[in-house]
Amino acid sequence: MKMRIQLYARFERFWHWLQALLIIILLVTGFEIHGSLKLLGFSQAHQVHLFCGWSLIILSIFAIFWHATTGEWKQYVPTLENLDKIARYYVCDIFKGEPHPHCKTREQKLNPLQRLSYLVLKVFILPLQILSGLWYYYYNQWPVMGLSGSLETAALVHTAAAFMVLAFLIVHTYLTTTGGTLLSYTMAMITGWEEVEEG
Amino acid sequence: MNLAEVAQNVGLPGRKNCGACHFYGGGADGVKHGDLDSSLFKPDKKLDVHMAVNGPNFSCTACHTTVNHQIAGRYYSKPAPVVHKLALPKDYGNRISCESCHSAAPHKESKLNDHTDKVACQTCHIPRYARGGVYTKMWWDWSTAGRFDKNGKMIVEKAVNGTIAYHTKKGSMRWEKDVKPEYAWYNGKMGYLSLSDTFDDRKPVSLNWVEGSYNDPKARIFPFKIYRGKQVYDPVRKTLVIPKLFGKKGSGAFWAEFDWAKAVAAGMKETGETYSGKIGFVETKMYWPITHMVAPKEDSLKCDECHSRNGRLASLTGFYLPGRDRSKGLDTIGWIVILLCLAGTIVHAVMRLNGRNKMKKEQLK
Ligand code: HEM
Repeated sequence: MKMRIQLYARFERFWHWLQALLIIILLVTGFEIHGSLKLLGFSQAHQVHLFCGWSLIILSIFAIFWHATTGEWKQYVPTLENLDKIARYYVCDIFKGEPHPHCKTREQKLNPLQRLSYLVLKVFILPLQILSGLWYYYYNQWPVMGLSGSLETAALVHTAAAFMVLAFLIVHTYLTTTGGTLLSYTMAMITGWEEVEEG
Repeated sequence: MNLAEVAQNVGLPGRKNCGACHFYGGGADGVKHGDLDSSLFKPDKKLDVHMAVNGPNFSCTACHTTVNHQIAGRYYSKPAPVVHKLALPKDYGNRISCESCHSAAPHKESKLNDHTDKVACQTCHIPRYARGGVYTKMWWDWSTAGRFDKNGKMIVEKAVNGTIAYHTKKGSMRWEKDVKPEYAWYNGKMGYLSLSDTFDDRKPVSLNWVEGSYNDPKARIFPFKIYRGKQVYDPVRKTLVIPKLFGKKGSGAFWAEFDWAKAVAAGMKETGETYSGKIGFVETKMYWPITHMVAPKEDSLKCDECHSRNGRLASLTGFYLPGRDRSKGLDTIGWIVILLCLAGTIVHAVMRLNGRNKMKKEQLK
């Protein structure tokens, strides 16, 4: 039996899509600043990057608040249970058309692999990106703040994090096409509702 | 002469007084400086925002203030002020640096102000020099001087742009206008080569040099005209020599006899200096700071002039410049990871498609 449940709350969807938009713009402008692209010119790329950077920081503060107050942070507590099954599904069973081993519920909307990868994104990659970005930005104020180091270190950490974000974005976007239809996961993140296996 | 009248009419010198010599340094209009030439007698705003006749119309003395008979400016012995303190017109004091009036944080955008510790104002605000239409001499090769045509007459050749490209008395030369400066770290101090100093003659010899580096807190990136050429020197002792240029025939003067060996022998004898007796020509260069011809702010350098792979600061290494620098290793690893992700997803997608087709066929059976 299939049934439709609401998986993603309104704020969650807003946060998800705004964050996606900001991250894509930050990637494009960031790699332009880095010298890999030519699109807006350095000056504008810098301005847009900073605007989106600050927006991402503000959005993240709201998201942290939301996760803390709703208890939704528990969705990201990692577990090794069934991780092997999920892994086998993506490298093997998916080609045979077998069903996804994870049964989504309101309380367990993420499968163990998602829990792990989103946790890494949220507690490691994005904080690294944001903190190194701030560190990079406030370079001139380091002496006042009692910090030292070279601008190069800040820049390289920030660049390394950007590669990780881009890698995440590619794989994540691809995996959204592995639902019932190519767009069913994406639609779920837009409407909030998803058809799941009753279990 | 009515001295009383003279005394009662003493005033500050005007642009004409200073420009009469300083705009013609090197023998003609704009030869030496590049940022000082006759176009500054009556510049418009595009050429010089401070001296613009349709703007503030500053005379030289507005910035080159005089305190105790010391005219503010840059000397070899005395660096341009490194202490950038405010000295507004109401204040008695040294007003030579941009910061004297503009402060060290004059921009509305804070990131621009973050530059002023390492980048001199001139670097962005004088995007090019010799912008007033007057050519400045960039290259002067003395070694070719002294050629005559088949009738024994002096040769004067002009370049396409109308400037003199060859002159029997002076050699070959190249003139340019609207020139992009070259950049160097500069803390206000300059060193210069004396007659007794030896040098490595396998590479261009710096007749003067500017001091400072990225790690020097007083140094900032500063624009220069680098005046290059070839001059006579002593290839044995590896020092410069002094040729005698003008004089009567028989005096050895180069402009009378056009013989470098004789000119150097005469010059060194007259000045009481010694040399090996041999001469040669060596390539030389000289740094001329660019500080006049400040452009309107909309003409100042755009970020990507320096923040790009092969921008204006490409040759100033030893520090991280966003947009110009990156770690080749990190980028290689990064892009390999990205390619692997892309390849992985494509392979995965193809396998999914194959799987689905296979299942459809089986269903049909
Ligand atoms: C997903 C988020 C982000 C990505 C993917 C990203 C990516 C990048 C990349 C690739 C660069 C070029 C680095 C270089 O070549 O040196 C860069 C530069 C920079 N980023 Fe980010 N960034 C992100 C977020 C932020 C945030 C949150 C801030 C802080 C407000 C920030 C501040 C900066 C600064 C200050 C620079 C240096 C260039 C400039 O001043 O414009 N970034 N970013």
